[in-house]
Amino acid sequence: MTPELRVMRGDLRVPGGSPPGGGRRHLLSVADLSADDVERLLATAASFGRSLEREVKKLPTLRGRTVVNLFFESSTRTSSSFELAAKRLSADTMTIRAAGSAVDKGESLKDTALTLGAYDPDVIVIRHPQIGAPQLVAGCTEAHIVNAGDGKHQHPTQALLDLYAIREELGRLEGLHVAVVGDVLHSRVARSLVQALALVGASVTLVGPPALIPRGIEAMGCEVAYDIEAIGAADVVYVLRMQRERMLEGAAYVPSLREYSARWGVTPERLRPGQRVMHPGPMNRGVEIDPRVADASHALIGLQVRAGLVVRMAVLYDLLTSGPVGVPAAAAVGVA
Amino acid sequence: MLWAQAGRKDDLVVRGARVLDGAAGLDAVLDVRVDGGTVSQLGRDVPANGHRVIDGEGLLLAPAFVDPHVHLRSPGREDEETIASGTEAAAAGGYCVILAMPNTEPPVDSAAVLGALAEAARAEARIPVGFLAAISKGQGGSELTEMVELAESGAAGFSDDGRPVVSPGLLRRALQYGSITGLRLALHCEEPTLSGDGQVHEGAISAELGFAGYPSVAESVMVQRDLALAAYEGQPLHLLHLSARESVEALRAARERGIAATAEVTPHHLCRTDETVRTLDANVKMNPPLRSADDRAALIEALREGTIGAVATDHAPHARHEKEVPFEAAPFGVTGLETAFGALYTHLVQPGLLRLETLLERMSAGPARAYGLDPPRIAAGAPANLVLIDLSERWRVEEAGFRSRSANSWLLGEELQGRVRLTVADGRVAFQA
Repeated sequence: MTPELRVMRGDLRVPGGSPPGGGRRHLLSVADLSADDVERLLATAASFGRSLEREVKKLPTLRGRTVVNLFFESSTRTSSSFELAAKRLSADTMTIRAAGSAVDKGESLKDTALTLGAYDPDVIVIRHPQIGAPQLVAGCTEAHIVNAGDGKHQHPTQALLDLYAIREELGRLEGLHVAVVGDVLHSRVARSLVQALALVGASVTLVGPPALIPRGIEAMGCEVAYDIEAIGAADVVYVLRMQRERMLEGAAYVPSLREYSARWGVTPERLRPGQRVMHPGPMNRGVEIDPRVADASHALIGLQVRAGLVVRMAVLYDLLTSGPVGVPAAAAVGVA
Repeated sequence: MLWAQAGRKDDLVVRGARVLDGAAGLDAVLDVRVDGGTVSQLGRDVPANGHRVIDGEGLLLAPAFVDPHVHLRSPGREDEETIASGTEAAAAGGYCVILAMPNTEPPVDSAAVLGALAEAARAEARIPVGFLAAISKGQGGSELTEMVELAESGAAGFSDDGRPVVSPGLLRRALQYGSITGLRLALHCEEPTLSGDGQVHEGAISAELGFAGYPSVAESVMVQRDLALAAYEGQPLHLLHLSARESVEALRAARERGIAATAEVTPHHLCRTDETVRTLDANVKMNPPLRSADDRAALIEALREGTIGAVATDHAPHARHEKEVPFEAAPFGVTGLETAFGALYTHLVQPGLLRLETLLERMSAGPARAYGLDPPRIAAGAPANLVLIDLSERWRVEEAGFRSRSANSWLLGEELQGRVRLTVADGRVAFQA
């Protein structure tokens, strides 16, 4: 018989209090998190990280819980890590993709949500190409909703895993300077990350061509620079993907990808020793990131993927420890 | 021309209301008697003569409202609104006349479609309704409609509302040719390569939420172009649903130079800013979008001084299932007929941003003048177009309360103060709470 591995309750921090309004807790946007929330989630993720170093990696924590992954947009990293995170916590999981589902037959998001909601899932993880889809699902099911990316709006677990990876790598977050380079306009990762870094006391400079830096974004508390030289001062250079699939035909944000790479591509020559390079993936090698930089920064990109797993475990755990409405928290946690 | 159901005109006496008609210099507690649909007497202790008596004590009696911008969705989307439901909603909002936009399915671009609408209005319109006809065939922006025949068939004006007249050449021809009809061109000002796939006002909030921005300059460059063409041709025009400070400034400058331009503004642009879209609720998605606090301030100031002379609801009903989708997937447009007065009284008059007299004028005589209609007034001998309002009544805007077939209101769940109790339109009681 395999001895059951246990995470000690003291390692896991339980959120205090209910959200304003007293409803179910969701993770829809980094804008809804406090600095304490971020700290608690990262600490929980770290304790799960230690548990994953053991031989048997499965924890009984969410046994009997159901996590539905609802993906309306392509995804490798996010969908696989949510699925694995739920499994490592012993939850039952089910992944539904738009392709091959009733969405192909014209079913509305509301009806899909109502259908899945009828199974009483504890958590619905949703990725959707349109802003606000997770809010809509939150309004028509009884589940806790985790936003796994909604259009150009938010991708909160990506921002949390990035914080986790940066802290693992550099040992701290406060006082760091992060340059986010590239297609900010179409990037939910950039929006979430700017808010998350502000919460932990890091500063952010957005760098890219003018039409790809949204007008008015300075109001989020970041600096804006159009010259790639601005990455020189940063501790971390966070490279964004050129999201060609989200660009309107003929919108001409930049004259050509060739000109973009020449002006804003992250190359070894533009980096100084000791700078860390991150990318949320998938990469366009040779467009926003030089292949030599991509290969050299592979270790950190691998760290991001592992961080994704433990951070998503922490998010699922965190949402469910306060329990669904009407069930005492203690009964909802399968932790020794 | 205006059309409504035929029927007997009413006899009634409204007793003891505060009668307020700024144009007539009237602000006094009076009885108002209506005989056969015509105001016959104003005074104290007016004899009832067996007429129905309505107790107006503590209430406000004013000239009823005119909405120059309504989407009745007929023909084509009768599931969203019909002439019957739209005019019933208008009556409940205190309106005695509405003008409907021609962007229906099919659009009102021929005398045949207009004739069918006129016939339907005679059968089912609870209050008088006029229909604008399209400027271009199919609202396609390339070929003029037969404007003279449409005018002779009773069109109330011309508009491609819902979309701009993109070609300056075509707009010039419409100004030239349309001038012989004596009817107004009403323009939706939007430069499509600047608005693009914009969802909300371009600014700090669109940047933070990730929405494609619809910049205010997409409106104002077209306002400037349209005013330049109107000046060159020496023709009047009407600017629909202005939303941006730069548009207001261009209009003010043009009017000072003597260009006969009128304009309208919606209750939602007067009461709300783009902060509201943080809710991600599709019921605050409309074109033009809600703009910044500075734009809102410019619109209120323009309405106050008269640069913008008309409030228009741009009542745009949408089916529930079409709005219960993520913001970007939802159609543009919100309803407004039944909430316009309450919203503006609550958000502009009560906080002291606009005088009550000014609001009443901009909801009634202002829009009437923009289209050359007779302004409603309260005077002996005038047709009875009256609205009786309880300024103290507080009420909650709820989905179940609408006469409109659609409930895509930007005010759902909100409490408003000021509610219409009675509407008399062209001499007939069209609504009584």
